Amino acid sequence: MKSVIAENLVKTYRKGEVKALDGLSLDVEEGTVLSVLGPNGAGKTTTVRILATLLSPDSGHATVGGIDVVKHPDKVREIIGLSGQYAAVDETLTGWDNLVMFGRLYHLGKKASIARAEELLERFSLTDSAKRPIKTYSGGMRRRLDLAAAIIVKPKILFLDEPTTGLDPRGRQEMWGVINELVESGVTLLLTTQYLEEADHLADEIVVIDHGKVIARGTSDALKKDVGGERLEVIVEADQLKLAAEIITRISGVAAHIDEGMRSVSSPVKNGTQSLLEALREFDSAKLHPLDIGLKRPSLDDVFLALTGHAAEETK
Amino acid sequence: MNAITDALIITKRQLLQLSRVPEVLIFSTLQPVMFVLLFRYVFGGSISTDSPGGYVQLLMPGIFVQTVAFTLAGTASGLAEDMGKGLIDRFRSLPISRSAVVVGRTLGDSLLNILVLIVMGIAGYVVGWRPTGGLLNTALAFLFLLAFGYALSWTGIYAGLAARDARVVQNISFFITFPLTFLSNAFAPTTGMPRALQYFAEWNPVSTMVAACRELFGLENQFGATAGSFPSEYPLITSIFYMLLIMAIFVPLSVRKYANKAK
Repeated sequence: MKSVIAENLVKTYRKGEVKALDGLSLDVEEGTVLSVLGPNGAGKTTTVRILATLLSPDSGHATVGGIDVVKHPDKVREIIGLSGQYAAVDETLTGWDNLVMFGRLYHLGKKASIARAEELLERFSLTDSAKRPIKTYSGGMRRRLDLAAAIIVKPKILFLDEPTTGLDPRGRQEMWGVINELVESGVTLLLTTQYLEEADHLADEIVVIDHGKVIARGTSDALKKDVGGERLEVIVEADQLKLAAEIITRISGVAAHIDEGMRSVSSPVKNGTQSLLEALREFDSAKLHPLDIGLKRPSLDDVFLALTGHAAEETK
Repeated sequence: MNAITDALIITKRQLLQLSRVPEVLIFSTLQPVMFVLLFRYVFGGSISTDSPGGYVQLLMPGIFVQTVAFTLAGTASGLAEDMGKGLIDRFRSLPISRSAVVVGRTLGDSLLNILVLIVMGIAGYVVGWRPTGGLLNTALAFLFLLAFGYALSWTGIYAGLAARDARVVQNISFFITFPLTFLSNAFAPTTGMPRALQYFAEWNPVSTMVAACRELFGLENQFGATAGSFPSEYPLITSIFYMLLIMAIFVPLSVRKYANKAK
């Protein structure tokens, strides 16, 4: 069964001047995770806002949990949780205050709100800071509290809009851990992200959007196949480019790509670490000293380049 | 029923905020007290008045009205800040009544006004203000002041929801309310103003409120060009009319703006 269905959503801003969504369609199977991947301005936030009943589409149709988001927004609000790009909690209040307040606004009752708040603070490792104002929280703690506020009533369907944008690697790891736990508990999740790595890590399926339209859809593996997976890249002195290219070509079995300006040589590889070790050994015995050598995972830009032929651009 | 409890939870949030940042509470009560002292001792000596008990009797109703009018800037900037931080979006995504957030906010601002009026009343008493209209009328005057503040807070709600930036909306609100409170009978009799301005000043809701409060506090009002006009004869009824008019316009506008899903 599909938990979320969006069909041909169109949304324009400023009287039609800016087209945020241009016939976007997607769906999410119950109990799975769909990641909406795209650059800034591609329409990710607009999509989430429409599905979460904050915004009406100009045309098109969307249901969440089988309920029409335009016709019965109140019913949709009862079964969804939303956590946005900006931590939408009251910063002067404490974490505990916030969760109890949101619990009460979900009509849990006073006692149940307090119990649920304490349970969530514990679960998201925020108990120690529960009585401190949110202002004093780190970025990661803020996002976790925001997520906690979104799941107070155990929503069946959860929307996360760029849950880790702006977080440091540790904050991101922690956030992924929390999200993975939620997914294991059976929630249906739609999350937007600018990071292929994040989509890869969390999602069952990925849709790539650009200029308000879906331009690719598939599992992470399928997408990476299109993009070419990991690349081995080495940067050397200009006079050593040719020799480096020979080595890389031998290891990868594919003609290496040489970028003279960047003085880099790169090639797609199948088993990354193995190839990297091999390359290190070869460079060493050839007495070549690379300035930099490493594995590059495909970024959003690489996906875009492969899918559209142009780099991910910001459209605002 | 839920709509009321939802609104009260939002009000409670505002009270919690005040308890977490007590500076806001301290300065929103100290500022009007400062005005009382400044006007009483700086201008009070040079503004001549026939009023028994001196300038402070005329001044206090004016400052009461000015103070409740100024709180709308706080309403507007508070709401604009919640919008900017995405908090309003979170509230909108909750299964709560569409009016709860804005109604809760206006109730919270009224509670703040109650406290501010009490502190000002005490400060006024200390510097010589003595209402002579009787206990009932005095209480009634304070009730009207609260009602006026409540009605005005809805304009603040609308401005806050329509604004893009909290600081901008605070400045704009101040830019509008400041001249409105001075182009009135609040601090000096209108009789000294140019004739055209007298008409504006005496039909100004701030003036009708001040005149109504002066009546209830047992003072006689003085009018210039507009003596005998409706607002000078019936300031209380005119004020009530203004309050109802403001609410009739801004309550539906605000609730619609809150629920608006175009942007």
